[in-house]
Formats: sequence, structure tokens, C-alpha cells
Amino acid sequence: MKIIAFILFGAITIFLILFFNSTMILPVPLGKLLSPQHGLWQNAEPQDEDYSAQLSFPQLKGKVKVYFDARLVPHVLADNENDAFFVQGYLHAKFRLWQMEFQTRAAAGRLSEVLGPITIDYDRDKRRLGMVYAAENSLSEIEKDPESLAQCDNYTAGVNAYIKSLNESTLPIEYKLLGYKPEKWTNLKSALFMKYMALELAGYEKDFEMTNAKSVFSSADFNKIYPIVMDSLDPIVPKDSVFPKPAIHLKIPASADSLYYDKKDSTTIVEQKPNPDNGSNNWAVSGKKTKSGSPILCNDPHLGLNLPSIWYEMQIKTPSYNAYGATFPGAPSIIIGFNDSCAWGFTNAMRDVRDYYEMKFKDESRREYWFDSSWQPTTFRIEDIKVKGQSDFLDTVAYTNLGPVMYDKRFSGGRNTNEKNYAVRWKAHDPSNELKMFALLNKAKNYKDYLRAIKYLHTPGQNCVFASKSGDIAIWDQGRFPAKWYRQGDFVMPGTDSNYLWQAMIPQRENPHLINPERGFVSSANQLPADTTYPYYLGGSFPPFRAFEINKRLATMNNITPQDMMKLQTDNYNVFGEMAAPVLIKNMKVDQLSPQEKKYFNILKNWDYRNDTASKGATLFVVTWDSLETKVWKDEFLKTGLELLWPSESTLFDDIQKYPDFRFFDDINTPQIETLSDDVTAAFKNACAVIKNADENGKMEWAKYKDTRVEHLARIDAFSRLHLPIGGGTNTINAANEQHGPSWRMVVSLTPETEAWGIYPGGQSGNPGSRFYDDFVSDWALGKYYQLWVMGDSDANDPKVKWVMSFN
Amino acid sequence: MKFFLNTILILLFSFLSCLYFPWWSIAIVAFIIPVIIPQGHLASFISGFVGLFLLWGLLSLWISVSNDHILAHRVSLLIFKTDSPSLLIFVTGLIGAMVAGFAALTGSFLRGKSV
Repeated sequence: MKIIAFILFGAITIFLILFFNSTMILPVPLGKLLSPQHGLWQNAEPQDEDYSAQLSFPQLKGKVKVYFDARLVPHVLADNENDAFFVQGYLHAKFRLWQMEFQTRAAAGRLSEVLGPITIDYDRDKRRLGMVYAAENSLSEIEKDPESLAQCDNYTAGVNAYIKSLNESTLPIEYKLLGYKPEKWTNLKSALFMKYMALELAGYEKDFEMTNAKSVFSSADFNKIYPIVMDSLDPIVPKDSVFPKPAIHLKIPASADSLYYDKKDSTTIVEQKPNPDNGSNNWAVSGKKTKSGSPILCNDPHLGLNLPSIWYEMQIKTPSYNAYGATFPGAPSIIIGFNDSCAWGFTNAMRDVRDYYEMKFKDESRREYWFDSSWQPTTFRIEDIKVKGQSDFLDTVAYTNLGPVMYDKRFSGGRNTNEKNYAVRWKAHDPSNELKMFALLNKAKNYKDYLRAIKYLHTPGQNCVFASKSGDIAIWDQGRFPAKWYRQGDFVMPGTDSNYLWQAMIPQRENPHLINPERGFVSSANQLPADTTYPYYLGGSFPPFRAFEINKRLATMNNITPQDMMKLQTDNYNVFGEMAAPVLIKNMKVDQLSPQEKKYFNILKNWDYRNDTASKGATLFVVTWDSLETKVWKDEFLKTGLELLWPSESTLFDDIQKYPDFRFFDDINTPQIETLSDDVTAAFKNACAVIKNADENGKMEWAKYKDTRVEHLARIDAFSRLHLPIGGGTNTINAANEQHGPSWRMVVSLTPETEAWGIYPGGQSGNPGSRFYDDFVSDWALGKYYQLWVMGDSDANDPKVKWVMSFN
Repeated sequence: MKFFLNTILILLFSFLSCLYFPWWSIAIVAFIIPVIIPQGHLASFISGFVGLFLLWGLLSLWISVSNDHILAHRVSLLIFKTDSPSLLIFVTGLIGAMVAGFAALTGSFLRGKSV
């Protein structure tokens, strides 16, 4: 009897242990996860957590002190530069390790290793694009530069010093929830992080969709729906500028008409795309326009809004420089910021540096491809994608002299079948050392230093804004950009003929730029860098409206204070609305509207063109314009049966102005011929149905309708901040979209004693169990800024210092 | 008296063993204590159950209170789809209690006398 009971209860005990040690309920053992001494409770940081510490590492040459202020921003005071990078790596890891690893895993196409089969397609995309290949090429370039190498080595050592100090219970919570452990950091991972950003910023591509559009639309129609220059354009370099004679003379291939421009081939590729809104605003105003008489520089990069944030704020002070700003966990240096002499910032250049070529292989083996009238040998890279809970997924990628064959019959990007072979030529594959630019900017004293620094920026191309205490302001549309002939690379090109390759890179000095212009300001907001008098074809996608509004405002502003700049950065004025809403109102057939619709129409009519949080007019405008686009394009586009991209909103606006009888206004599915008025009225009726629903749920006000969120990187809602009360959106300077927007707002006044403000939608700690995890988010949504404290050598006893970490 | 002693010993040694060993070492502790200090089966079960419910419940409560429940709010939402730090603390205590309770009961049958 006793024995039976013993066996029975013993079995129950063992069953309970196995059950709570299994992954039946969650991906990780619940017993381990909830054990207060092992699991997630260990990540619940006490409110009065003491961050002070005495640490000692043999790698350090001198002393480093880290002073944390009340927002947990570290002020690193180091005896020498390499030690500073070690400590930067240590701090990034201490506060953001999981994110650094996760992002570089994503870049390397290794998510399936920790997330399972659900991310295989994501991983294949990164592998086939050659992300690791690109990072390796970049790393070999970094290794050629002793300074960059030392910087990376020390950063990596710092990250690993922290990783080594971790045990089961001190692991970041995401590792516990997803059930894996951090790997050692390497210099390659920092290079991968830079490629992760290159993909975000210089990876957007529409060659396949444009090729499809060219195959079905007449060239007259095509040029109307995908024009090169928008009418509302106000380029970075003003319209009347004169450009020097180009050093490069491009030859359009003799066969271009038949094999390129007029070719009617279509494709079935469905691409994974970075967010096309990855853009930004930056500007600098000269001292003659400011109240203080010193220049002011502003920047707000628009990126995906995530927790933990892509940014980590810090100050680094060594005997040779003193820089403050936003850093990338995963890479050394201050990325966007200022030092004692100058300030710098970036917006995306939006240029097209990724093109596709259709390759011809000799046979199924893909060992040889046809190029310039002969068979050339292929090399292969075997991608071994490890998958959690499954056997490895092997993918063999063929490499040609143009680049990796990203799409073939084994991979079409989506579910379509694809028989063709497309090689990708991406500028980010070429060796470059962008980290060197940041290291040099951190130390830059003047315009010359800045110019020397930005020459290291090859990809992603950026509009680099600059202002110095000596009074200079400047902007360079910088990158290593291929010199392209008209519409080169807008469509898939033949991969059998060297005449279609990029013939040369635009010499750096010919990149569009502006230094101390008469008008007293320089600016960029992802618009075209120059108009059509620029001697090279610019390609890409360039939203015109934010820039138009910024330039209009800056032109009239004088006696500018930093507070004026903050107001401008967070301005919700929708200049596109100002242009386009009257078109809707003028063309509305009001007599066809129901009483409810008339009520909404009056709200739209009285809209003040501001996307403020409580605006109902903004919701009506945005939804109606979307609905109008559907009305105008959908019938013709759906009929093609091809993957196509909708024309931009500015294109539809321009077409409405220029072509009163635009062919696309007609709904091809009805016997009668529709006009613009019919479309506008129908679109408004459709929009009203959507809005009525929102209205009934109390969600008609713009911020509620738009519903901005800052999302945890692993898309865990409980670790995200949802339903933020923030206005703005596409085409407003305050470009806060649903999950995308101003990721670091910075205003720097270059007075003798620098005055600077900044904020990002996150918090310094990546730990969801810390009060510093998301403590900036609410202030960010409200448009508030924090004054940035530049600590000096003698401030160690300043009351702003809350904790001190000493490194020996 | 034995009951309190057993409960306290299970609580104490579970805490110590979890400093060095995996979470399920609580089962070994709860199993061994009634073998060394025998008592009734039901009393053994309750010793293990109460010992670990107190240990894990109070530990997590103490951690959560000093954290202002920031993490417990988020994780309860993640695991239970409902925002309830107290539920998370209760479940934490319950898991420890169940495992330790049955382990202690098993131990009592190895050596114990019937009630």
C-alpha cells in the first residue's frame, strides 16, 4: 500500500516537474520562468536600483568614470579613446544586449534559429540579398584601418565583458521568454548592424513593380503615373543652382530601346520591403537668422518606432574630443549629435542604389551564366539556415559578377512561382567603412573636418547637415552613388551585357551640396536633392511635401530661438492637405450626399489643415484621399493581374491638376464614363462609411484614428506602448505614423556654451521591468524635449549625477 | 511542532538550493525533509505546499512591490492576457507549492507513518 502510494505520488511529482519544465504552455519552461530566484522576477528592477559600481577589467589602459544622470544617460569620462569604446560596448550591452543581438541576427538571416520556421522566408531574403557577404566586405575594409579596428576591437571587448558577467538569472527577459542565450559579440556583428541600417535606408526597391507597370501601361500613361519630378518640388539644392560640368560621360546602351525601355516583360517577384517612410527632417539655420546669433541645427530621423529604441543617448568625453548624442546599440561612436565645436545630423538620401539584372544560366546546374558573349563561371554560397525545432534549411545562392542571384525558381520572395533568375547589384555589397565617418565626426572641429568625415559614407546615402560654432552651415547629399543614365535601374536590366552595368560612381565633389547659402538655412526632408539640371539621373522615391513646408517656414522665420525650432519639429500642419483638400471640396457632388455625409462634409470643409490630435477633419481628409486613390487606380491596376505599386499621393494630386480628363478617372467596370467629380463623391461616400464606424467607437479624432504605437522588437504587445496621443503623420513635419516616425528629436544651439535638447520615444533601459524602459514615451508624444546636459571634468559632484560607475 | 519545523526547513533549504541549482531542486528538498523528520502524509503535503507557496509567493511579492509591479503588469498581460500582478504572484506561489507539496507527500510515504 505504502509502495503504491509512494510510486503514485512520486509519479505525480515527476509529472509536475516535467510539465512545468516543458514548453507546453509557453516557449519556455514555466517553472523556470516563474521561479523567483531564476526567472523573470529577477528582471523586476527595484525602483531605487543602484547603478553605481566598481568594475575592473584587464583590457583597460586607464581609468573611466561613468556618471549617470536622472534620466539614466551615461556621461563617460575616459582617459583614452579606446577605453571609452570599451565602456560604450559595456553600457550598450548592459542596457540593450537583447536588442543588439536580435537586430544583428535579423540582419544575418538567423532569426529562425531562435524563433522557428515562421521566419524562414525572412531569413532567406536576407541571405539571398547577401547581407553577411556585405558585412564581411565592410569588415575587411574596417580591418585595413588601424583606428577603426581598434575602435571595434575595444567595443566588442566591452560587450563581451558584460556578456561574460551574466548568469541564468541576470539574462535579459527576452532570452528567458524566447528560450535562448546570447552569443559572443564580434566585430562582424557591428558590421552587420551597419548593414541592417543600410537595408532600412538604402534597400527600398521597386524595380519589379515598375517593370510590370511598364509592361502593361502605354508610355504616355506610365509617365503620368510614375513621373520623375513632382511639381511641388523644392529640392535640397535650390532650383536655380548651376552644376559644374560632369566628369562622367555616360553611354546609354545601343540596345536600350529594344532590350530595356520598350521591353514588355513582366515578373512575379514579391519583395520584402523596408518601410518606404524611412525618411527624416534636418535643417540648420545660420546665426543671422537666430536670436542668439549662433547657428541652430535640428534633426529628427524617421524610423520604425520600437522598444527598446534603436537609439541610446550618451556623452563620451576623452582628452581628444567631447561628443554627445544618440548612439546605435551595436556600433561604436555617437551617431547623431554634437561636440564642443559643431553639430551634425542625417536624413535619408532615398537614392536608388539597388538594381536587378535578369541572368541567363547555361543549364539547371547554374554553374555558368552568359555575359558579354561568353559563359562565365558562377560561385556558390551555401546558406545553412538553422531552424528551432526543425532540421536546417539549406539554400544555395549563386553569385555572379553582378552580385548574388537573389530570386530564382527556388525563391520568388512570396508564394508566386518564378522561372527567371535575377541578380541583385547593391551598393552596400561594396567595401566601405562608415564607422570611420562617425569616429571623425565625433572629433570634427570645423567644416573641413566634417567634409573629410562624410567622405567615408558610401551607403546608405544621407543628407548630412552640419553647423559649427564658427558660424558655418552646410548640407551634403552624400554617398557613393552610381552615375546613371536616364531611368537606368528603374526596371530590371539585362544581365548579359556589360553596357548595362553601373558605368561609374559620381565623383564625391559632384554630389549636390549647399554651404552657407544666402537664404541663411540649409534643409532636407527626403525630397529630390536637385532638379533636372543636375547632370545625373537621380532615380529613387522622394516625398516632396515636408520639405516644401519646412523651407517655406524657415524662409520667413527670423530671430529664431531653440524653442521655435522645437515647435517647428513637432508641427502638425499638413501642407498636402492644404493643397489637396480644396480639390476634394470643389469636386464633391454635395447634392448626392446623405444628411450624415453632409455633416462629415462640413467638418472636412472647415478643416484647418492641421493633423492635431483632436482633429476630425484630418481623419476625414486622410481617409477620403486614400479612398480616392483606390477609386482612381484600383480598377485598372487589378485588371493587370500583376504586382504593382500605387502611384504616390503627390502624383495623383499633380495628375488631377494637369489632366482634367485623365483616363484613370473612369471606372472600367461600369458602362458609363466616370469623371473626377464622380470619383471624389464615391470616394467620400466610402470614406464616410469607414469614419461613421470609427465615430461610433469614439475613434474619429485623428490621434485615436491613427493610433500610433511604439512596438516591442519581438512584437510583444505587453512590452509595447499602444494608443499614443500624438498628431502629425505622413506629409506633416511631425511625421508620426502608426508605428513609424521621429525616432530622435534633436535641437542644438551652437552658442559659445552649447545648448541642446533631445528626446526619443523609449527609455535608456531595454529591460521591460525597469522604470527607465519607456519613461520618455509620454513626453515624446506630447512634443516635450529634455535639455541635454553636457558634463564637464569638474562636474563630478554636480547634483545631476545620480550614480557613478568606475572602470579600472 | 514538527509541522512548523518541516515547513520552515523546506522553505529555508529551497531558498538555499535555488541559489545554486535549477528551480526543480525545490522538489528534492521537499522530498528529503519529511524523510528525515517524518510526520503524517497530509501534514507533509501541507508542509511542502505551504512552505513553497510562502517562499515563492512572498519572494515574488516582495520583488514586485519594490518594482512597483512594473514587470508584473506587463508579464501578466503577456501570459494571462489580463493585467493582474496579483494573479502572477499567486500562480508563481501555486506552481512552487504544487511541486513541493507532492514531493513532500512522496517523501512521507518513503518513511512516514500513516495518519
